[in-house]
Amino acid sequence: MPSNGAPLGTPTKVTQASRTKGGIGESTLRPDGTLKVTGEFAYSSDMWHEDMLWGQILRSTVAHAEIVSIDTSEALALPGVYAVMTYDDLPTDVKNYGLEIQDTPVLAHGKVRHHGEPVAIVAADHPETARRAAAKIKVEYRELPVVTDEASATAPDAILIHEGRDDHHIGHVSHPNIVHRQPIVRGDAAAAAARADVVVRGEYTFGMQDQAFLGPESGLAVPEEDGGVHLYIATQWLHSDLRQIAPVLGLPESKVRMTLSGVGGAFGGREDLSMQIHACLLALRTGKPVKIVYNRFESFFGHVHRHPAKLTYEHGATRDGKLTHVKCRIVLDGGAYASASPAVVGNASSLGVGPYVVEDVDIEAIALYTNNPPCGAMRGFGAVQACFAYEAQMDKVAAELGMDPVEFRQLNAMEQGTLLPTGQPVDSPAPVAEILRRVKAMPLPPERQWESSEGADVRQLPGGLSNTTHGEGVVRGIGYAVGIKNVGFSEGFDDYSTAKVRMEVIAGEPVATVHTAMAEVGQGGVTVHAQIARTELGVSQVTIQPADTQVGSAGSTSASRQTYVTGGAVKNSCELVREKVLEIGRRKFGSYHPAWATAELLLEGGKVVTDGGEVLADLVDVLDEDSCVEVEAEWRHRPTEPFDLRTGQGNGHVQYSFAAHRAVVEVDTELGLVKVIELACAQDVGKALNPLSVIGQIQGGTTQGLGVAVMEEIIVDPRTAKVRNPSFTDYLIPTILDTPTIPVDVLELADDHAPYGLRGIGEAPTLSSTPAVLAAIRNATGLELNRTPVRPEHLTGT
Amino acid sequence: MRVNFTVNGRPQEADDVWEGESLLYVLRERLGLPGSKNACEQGECGSCTVRLDGVPVCSCLVAAGQAEGRDIVTVEGLADHAKQRAGHSGCGTGSCGPADASASLDGADGRPTRGTDSHTGEGTELAPIQQAFIDAGAVQCGFCTPGLLVAADEMLERNPNPSDADIREALSGNLCRCTGYEKIMDAVRLAAARQGEAV
Repeated sequence: MPSNGAPLGTPTKVTQASRTKGGIGESTLRPDGTLKVTGEFAYSSDMWHEDMLWGQILRSTVAHAEIVSIDTSEALALPGVYAVMTYDDLPTDVKNYGLEIQDTPVLAHGKVRHHGEPVAIVAADHPETARRAAAKIKVEYRELPVVTDEASATAPDAILIHEGRDDHHIGHVSHPNIVHRQPIVRGDAAAAAARADVVVRGEYTFGMQDQAFLGPESGLAVPEEDGGVHLYIATQWLHSDLRQIAPVLGLPESKVRMTLSGVGGAFGGREDLSMQIHACLLALRTGKPVKIVYNRFESFFGHVHRHPAKLTYEHGATRDGKLTHVKCRIVLDGGAYASASPAVVGNASSLGVGPYVVEDVDIEAIALYTNNPPCGAMRGFGAVQACFAYEAQMDKVAAELGMDPVEFRQLNAMEQGTLLPTGQPVDSPAPVAEILRRVKAMPLPPERQWESSEGADVRQLPGGLSNTTHGEGVVRGIGYAVGIKNVGFSEGFDDYSTAKVRMEVIAGEPVATVHTAMAEVGQGGVTVHAQIARTELGVSQVTIQPADTQVGSAGSTSASRQTYVTGGAVKNSCELVREKVLEIGRRKFGSYHPAWATAELLLEGGKVVTDGGEVLADLVDVLDEDSCVEVEAEWRHRPTEPFDLRTGQGNGHVQYSFAAHRAVVEVDTELGLVKVIELACAQDVGKALNPLSVIGQIQGGTTQGLGVAVMEEIIVDPRTAKVRNPSFTDYLIPTILDTPTIPVDVLELADDHAPYGLRGIGEAPTLSSTPAVLAAIRNATGLELNRTPVRPEHLTGT
Repeated sequence: MRVNFTVNGRPQEADDVWEGESLLYVLRERLGLPGSKNACEQGECGSCTVRLDGVPVCSCLVAAGQAEGRDIVTVEGLADHAKQRAGHSGCGTGSCGPADASASLDGADGRPTRGTDSHTGEGTELAPIQQAFIDAGAVQCGFCTPGLLVAADEMLERNPNPSDADIREALSGNLCRCTGYEKIMDAVRLAAARQGEAV
């Protein structure tokens, strides 16, 4: 329960006048910017400790097998090796971990379920020694048949990925190789279908995307004198890691101290544990600090990916362009372990029809257990896959009706008050038609930009410097898409955050200190927290303390939630500090001026002022040199509830985020090469606390959507379930040459339920970017293109 | 083996180097210069970019022994490098001088305020390209930033007035996963413009 006694989920409505410089709404610059441009910012892979060892993980070379034997003797005999550990060396009965379902072995126990599963760990005095030692461990496998898709997973005689499941989803799935199933039924889709003048069906495939954060999984575990361990780590949620790590080590959580190191991007890929437990185990075993740093090859095996999906949709509409019904079935491949699969199913199903008014729906989403790489969180999860499919459908229906695709979307656009398929009303602005209008109204980039006085600038053409065309065979296309993403953790999760805020006078200046466990992964939360403190406390000096587990949980840097939830917690704690400061002021100075008792008081510019602007006291006089006011408090948004397991009804979501894109592409139709010329975005952000960061998030999210439209895919061999392209040579992410200009139009329609009216923003632009690019390529080529990413052979038919 | 080379203007000596170690590893783990980053260690991402005798290279693909007797500039030496260059070309405007101490609080509108956020490295002397990356919002997670800075600085040395296509071409070997590159384009344009004003 909130420690401040406020009712659950009450938004903190009072906003101090933001006249204090550097407050919310300004594009203040990152507090870590200087360190990041000088190379001094310490990322988790930069950690160093005297006498430290290097850890290495031996991973399975096959996807599905029984382990017949493991022989570590040769590895142990290698000079420089300090420890080799397998399942048998785990110190307690807790040998599994997991975000929701503890189904993931710390080290393989008699069986491996996917390619690259950790089997043994080594500590040595040089990383190369550790690698060579790991290579000397002999593992004998007896291979098992692989389960790779819905048919092989749910066949009556299918081999079970996890035998003896006892998790809370097993009761409502039709096969033990299904992690979770969520149907959503509202109205009567069959009856509504009878009213439809046009019915459009489609089957869509979404490839497996990688987060491809640049900072590899890494960290340093330092054994401590009390028998505990201190872990310096790059993660998205310190306290979630802690909850999973401590039991495996056999330590109370108080003896596992965690400090956030510099995080080189995350995008969902650091929600699950990677090397955390392994480094701690080796440190405790050897009594020495142990550093583990994955290389890129290992990183592709070391974290979950975005769920690949098969999506089947049926849309109906009347001749006047109104949607009658949507039926869909979404099959997500969760791979060998559950990770975030249940939540991905929840998002995919509940947002499965998109930001449209549809009264009659029949939706089913499932996630499978297979022997493919485990899949879990990635930016926009569940909603991303669905958006790709429903937006393709919207274009098809519009074409079938002979309507403009944007007008057709606007005609069916959700508004404030619209009910989601779950029956939950959207109770804040939902400017879906407006962002479509805005993105369409942006000026188009000029045609044939590659033409110059000196001939064609091939850098502006598909194929670029490969010099494959000077404009011959190049066709332009334009496409639109819009999406809806939930913000925050849904379905009844207790999604709180904690902030400790202190105010004191240092060297004659009032100073605020903000301490949270929020993982700054690049998004700029640290910038925003300082802005909130300045706005609420009226000081210019704000110190942001490093994130660690010495303060309560901040929840995850996921689901576009941190500015809302930890930002809300910082605001809330600042308000509590402000009240205490004013109380001190009233005690000290109340008798000198009646306004202390009668006026609304603000902290502004280092002073206590009335709402009329009259200065009552300097903060340095209110707070003595040696007194300080400190508050640590939890803060919660409005509670949500689970979706009904049969009907999918329920108020499961907190907030929504809407973005629309217009893509302009040029396609070399002879070679199947695509150049995205421009990817314009319009998004409602509620309130831009830091406009510069908002634009940066939108452009970054847009680019990840572009990546999965035209290049990014982890290829898994369907015969062996082995990953074929675990490198940046073979898994391509957009370069600066692949990425177009991204003009952004930001709307600020306040959500009255949220602090400052803000909306979580990070994920929505990743949704609509992909289908907009696909729509533009379809527009250029006339091809149906039911899968993403699009590869050249899909365009040339060769 | 022992490797002798010059790093950021100072002679350096690395002992007990295993022959298979990369220049990147020696910089990061033996010389205490972790600014060059280890994002892919296969020459695809550019986050480990350093200048080797003036030429930008992926230090992960350079064997440590190949650096023997050579001159290396890393992100840690970029400010000094820019200062020296400005000295040679007679930069007297102060645009290469110390970063404003209020960097952590300056708005994008450039109005200064006094900032004291802890551990911000404020007061550090920065190269113009470094300051431009901060000002333009080109830094998010920052892992690609050191390599991009070295590459962009080298391009601006060669080509003070780059077109957008020139910038994209020069930086095409540097992956960024956070920004979508738009703010990086802004930063390089900004640095070029400031450089132009300073001449």
